[in-house]
Amino acid sequence: MQKFTVVDGLVMPMDRPNVDTDAIVPKQYLKSIKRSGFGPILFDDWRYLDPGEADMVTAHRRPNPEFILNFPRYAGAEILIARENFGCGSSREHAVWALDDYGFRAVIAPSFGDIFYNNSFKNGFLPIRLPAEDVDVFFRECEPQEGYRLVVDLAEQTVTTPRGQAMRFEIDPFRKHCLLNGLDDIELTLQHADTIREYEGRRRKQAPWLFRG
Amino acid sequence: MAGKTLYDKVWDAHVVREEDDGTALLYIDRHFIHEVTSAQAFEGLKLAGRQPWRTQAILGVPDHNVPTTDRSGGIVDPVSRLQVDTLDKNCAEHGIVEFKMNDPRQGIVHVVGPEQGATLPGMTVVCGDSHTSTHGAFGALAFGIGTSEVEHVLATQCLVQKKSKNMRVTVKGVAGAGIEAKDIVLAIIGEIGTAGGTGYTIEFAGEAIRNLSMEGRMTVCNMAIEAGARAGMIGVDDTTIDYVMGRPFAPAPTDRNAARDAWLLLHSDADAHFDKEVVLDAAAIRPQVTWGTSPEMVAVINDVVPNPACESDPVKAAGMEKALAYMDIPAETPVSDICIDKVFIGSCTNSRIEDLRAAAAVIKGRQVADTIKLAMVVPGSGLVKRQAEQEGLDKIFRAAGFEWREPGCSMCLAMNADRLEPGERCASTSNRNFEGRQGQGGRTHLVSPAMAAAAALAGHFVDAREY
Repeated sequence: MQKFTVVDGLVMPMDRPNVDTDAIVPKQYLKSIKRSGFGPILFDDWRYLDPGEADMVTAHRRPNPEFILNFPRYAGAEILIARENFGCGSSREHAVWALDDYGFRAVIAPSFGDIFYNNSFKNGFLPIRLPAEDVDVFFRECEPQEGYRLVVDLAEQTVTTPRGQAMRFEIDPFRKHCLLNGLDDIELTLQHADTIREYEGRRRKQAPWLFRG
Repeated sequence: MAGKTLYDKVWDAHVVREEDDGTALLYIDRHFIHEVTSAQAFEGLKLAGRQPWRTQAILGVPDHNVPTTDRSGGIVDPVSRLQVDTLDKNCAEHGIVEFKMNDPRQGIVHVVGPEQGATLPGMTVVCGDSHTSTHGAFGALAFGIGTSEVEHVLATQCLVQKKSKNMRVTVKGVAGAGIEAKDIVLAIIGEIGTAGGTGYTIEFAGEAIRNLSMEGRMTVCNMAIEAGARAGMIGVDDTTIDYVMGRPFAPAPTDRNAARDAWLLLHSDADAHFDKEVVLDAAAIRPQVTWGTSPEMVAVINDVVPNPACESDPVKAAGMEKALAYMDIPAETPVSDICIDKVFIGSCTNSRIEDLRAAAAVIKGRQVADTIKLAMVVPGSGLVKRQAEQEGLDKIFRAAGFEWREPGCSMCLAMNADRLEPGERCASTSNRNFEGRQGQGGRTHLVSPAMAAAAALAGHFVDAREY
């Protein structure tokens, strides 16, 4: 897994609440059996004027000039700021794969869909929860200031504005450790294989019906 | 010391080990897989040279991509076909039980699991699908996971988890005649909002929940995720146990007494602590219709669509305006003035036998309105379909002008050929009214099966209790 340490990145605002994972990656692209290549269809329904199909060549499509991702000033954005309940809905990890493949490294919002939040950490992509007032500061400063950047420092758990205002965010210590070091958590879990087997043996005696079929 | 909640009990029974900060390794009893979110997980497993930990815990079924029309020629769309073939191949390679597309037991994973008794009280249940919360109706801890976590469960039979907080939603009193589980859960979401349950496991309790059948309880827990909660749960009682016993994967006769004794403890203790409590009065719940692009945007049938100008929170008001523009509905439109083009009765929320009976009861002897382009019923599984046919429900639907289809997820998310065209408006018994969910540019109104049936007859929303 890719590590996450410090990202000093261009910011793109997504000013609407409840951005669901269907909007991040529409269903027709879930037919893929790969993890890669979802960047060009990130926010597909909003991003293009012509309807997208799984086998289309995106270079031949018509971008929607009114959608923020297509504004030249946000080209190369690495940090997304969003409103409450970002990534709600479907469990599709494709949403995180698409944000990551496009080039985003982190998303900052007041709240997230729980499954999206979890999926992010498995891909070296950092979801940051900050109070709505703090996120609002970024929205207000970003709009008038072209080239607005934020610095995310995971070790310090801070997001710092260009004027030096640092906001501290909370993160689970285990997740932070895995992300900072790019650790594969399956490997970590398998270090406890004997403990899992002991548990299994105990449960099999207590509740044999759980191990049927 | 305070007693334990139902969630505490199931959680505690599955902790394999725990770090000082509360991060736990949680054992998973049942792992359902379908074609959309498992292929990459099996590939990851293979690349790392790992084997599935316990294949007996897994049950596979294709549901998202399968056609709901004639299947004798297989799947036409090559991309969908490859995905379903990949599931078949992975299951065959590892000896995993799978109900393939043409197996009579095939259907939507969240209908099939409980129907087979593969979901049992007190289990931990996961699936790469957010509506796994459905299985919590059995007093199981059930939640959706992403593909990386699917791979983690395949490889280790465990998940690394932090415990959620406890919320209880009590629906007290008795719901009125004609009020369905769907109305109850939409009213709950309207009350707490789509992010109201974020970070919590919700326990649904109270007389109105107790009074529901297992089908109704599954409808309620199914939509816990629409309230932001990864898991919803309901305590075990005789209704639960009577439903489960005797099904193919249910306890062997020799284990039944022990299982029953263990299961009857699966309810919250009287002195259990909840971090948040919400109480609704069942008698006040009316038939619900969503008007916007988030399940919390819901109104009652005899009301009007709200006006964003009356909303004090500017972010929320802007969201409402965007939703009304997408839905092409002026503020303050009476809900019963909203005309529809298509009707979809199906999905893991409302495709079980009881749902089909409720819709058929409204439709019997009547005709779908001329203005409806398509009305379809997609049973949740082959076994639900067969039972409905034995009861003659298919004839009632067909005679009224409904199409009677093969089981699958279908137009709930429109991954197969069943979808809305841009601008089309649908009365749907599914769970998400997100933009484009049922087809790009499509407009979804979430309702109960009876309300969808009544809308099909009238061509617009109408109080199903009048039928």
